[in-house]
Amino acid sequence: MWEYTDQVKDHFLNPRNVGVIEDADGVGEVGSIACGDALTFYFKLDESGKVKDAKFQTFGCASAIASSSALTEMVIGKTLDEAARITNDDIARYLGGLPKEKMHCSVMGREALEKAIACHRGQAAKIVEGEIVCECFGVTDREIERVVRENQLKTIEDVTDYIKAGGGCGKCHDGIQEIIDQVLGGKRLEPIKPKVLTNLQKIKLIEDSIEREINPTLKKDAGHLELVDVDGNRVIVRMKGTCATCARSHITLKHYVESKLRELVTPDLVVEEVQ
Amino acid sequence: MNVTYLDNNATTRVDPQVLEAMLPYFSEYYGNPSSMHAFGGGVAANIQTAREQVARLIGALPEEIIFTSCGTESDGTAIRAAIESYPNKRHIVTSRVEHPAVKNLFETLSKKGYRTTFVPVDREGRLDLDFLYDHLTDDTAVVSLMWANNETGVIFSVEELSRRVKERGIVFHTDAVQTAGKIPIDVSRTGVDMLSLSGHKIHAPKGIGVLYLRKGTRFSPFMIGGHQERGRRGGTENTAAIIGLGKAAELAKQHLDSGSYRCVDELRDQLECEILKRVPSTLVNGDRANRLPNTTSLAFEYVEGESILLMLNEYGICASSGSACTSGSLEPSHVLRAMGVPFTAAHGSIRFSLSRYTTKSDIDLVLEKLPPIIARLREMSPFWKGAKLEAHG
Repeated sequence: MWEYTDQVKDHFLNPRNVGVIEDADGVGEVGSIACGDALTFYFKLDESGKVKDAKFQTFGCASAIASSSALTEMVIGKTLDEAARITNDDIARYLGGLPKEKMHCSVMGREALEKAIACHRGQAAKIVEGEIVCECFGVTDREIERVVRENQLKTIEDVTDYIKAGGGCGKCHDGIQEIIDQVLGGKRLEPIKPKVLTNLQKIKLIEDSIEREINPTLKKDAGHLELVDVDGNRVIVRMKGTCATCARSHITLKHYVESKLRELVTPDLVVEEVQ
Repeated sequence: MNVTYLDNNATTRVDPQVLEAMLPYFSEYYGNPSSMHAFGGGVAANIQTAREQVARLIGALPEEIIFTSCGTESDGTAIRAAIESYPNKRHIVTSRVEHPAVKNLFETLSKKGYRTTFVPVDREGRLDLDFLYDHLTDDTAVVSLMWANNETGVIFSVEELSRRVKERGIVFHTDAVQTAGKIPIDVSRTGVDMLSLSGHKIHAPKGIGVLYLRKGTRFSPFMIGGHQERGRRGGTENTAAIIGLGKAAELAKQHLDSGSYRCVDELRDQLECEILKRVPSTLVNGDRANRLPNTTSLAFEYVEGESILLMLNEYGICASSGSACTSGSLEPSHVLRAMGVPFTAAHGSIRFSLSRYTTKSDIDLVLEKLPPIIARLREMSPFWKGAKLEAHG
């Protein structure tokens, strides 16, 4: 028997926002019946660009239904930029935590949200880069890398709990271990960046790096940062959460954020803060 | 909340008569049956009675009964004894739908260099007999096949196939943990050399099992120690549990012989037929013509088993599921997969297993609560509407 929190039980037994939005502004589908869980997530925006309504349909266990229900509550009232910052950990925390074997339910929520936002923004569903590592559940090396990085995962079992990879035949365990070792060893898979960046590519890469790499780290201290503008090589950000009031935030900014962005995007970036 | 217990293949309630028989062995007759004094030694006579009671349930001789700690110990002891007794034989055979006690042991032995054959089953869970017979060789040390399946209740024709295997000079073991007490068993009419059963599936307590060992079968013990169980299983006897198992075996035999167990069959059929009538897109897993009387495994398409179980749990209804989520693994039960049950159905499979304590009102409660639960989960499922549309063209 799983130990579910009262919040999980409540969202499972009384799920919020079940259904379909016929004229949705964004739809994200993830999972499959073969994998044992699947989620279709819909949202509708109001005139100001905030999520006015969100609905879901889920095939899956109690924690999959609860994670979907929680996700709809979390996004309503947010702008898409705000919604895009929701991580799987946020969903799990909203529910007072999930059993670790069930963390993949929260990851499924985050993936559906991302797909729905990409769908709205007209980006053909984010191309999953990378190579399939786990054939049983169709998980790529980049997906594994991301989940390992964002959740500081240490073992193959952790990866299976979060993204299912490795939970089938077990043939991919060596491959997963290699990725964990690379991430823990501070190495990244070959950076996905063209040699010369167009402005648009640069902005995207900066956004992506903040979201994937920098914010997960800052979040450990309950802070995060928001990208305000990119002007040439000047990256203008706003510090949020505890970072906004931290006396040492300029050190974090220069020593961590700037050097990370220089490493991941291009070496001539300068990070500046606005209040 | 009242508990409606329909998970008797997982474990059963200890019969009050069993408990009553056991209690004095904790407080009054606590002596060691191996002792020279009458206080302890007297208990040995009662253990002998229990051995006779168990022997009668399965048509064995009392001296062919070895008390163990559980079904898993019996299975492991039997299979290891067979391969140790025939050290030159390096091939072992089982089915693809065994309980983990056998399945995982076979996988371990496979890693240690034994050649293993897993006999497939068909869509109804029936064993591929031709495959089995074709794969027996002079190198085969043991064939281990369950008498009835714990998830679907499908019965293998152990009487016949054990004789065929034995004719080839191969040791035959059967896991009868789910079978004993549910259908008549008479090992004397079979070629079974070793058989496992477990107390807690037949209203005795947990922590007691039996290994039947046919007279003359080569054997080597797993638990090496004192002379208990004629040196075939060392360790001081679990007296109270043995006495309890003896009583439970006697009661099980009475219920089978008198025909009173048949009402389990009737209630199961009623439950199954009514659910099939009331809940569309529901399949029965397993050969309905050849099943334990107490078990039904139902697949509710397009919904997931854990969700069904937890909603039933809200009404105190206990059942179990072959879905991935409940097992802690990510894939649905190996039994349903071996049968080729499609994923749309395997994830939504629920097992109800009855006992002689199951009442009509238990069944009525399930029939009242289950259909709306399935309907509700299907409304939530992204696959249901599409499936309905497809079905209606």
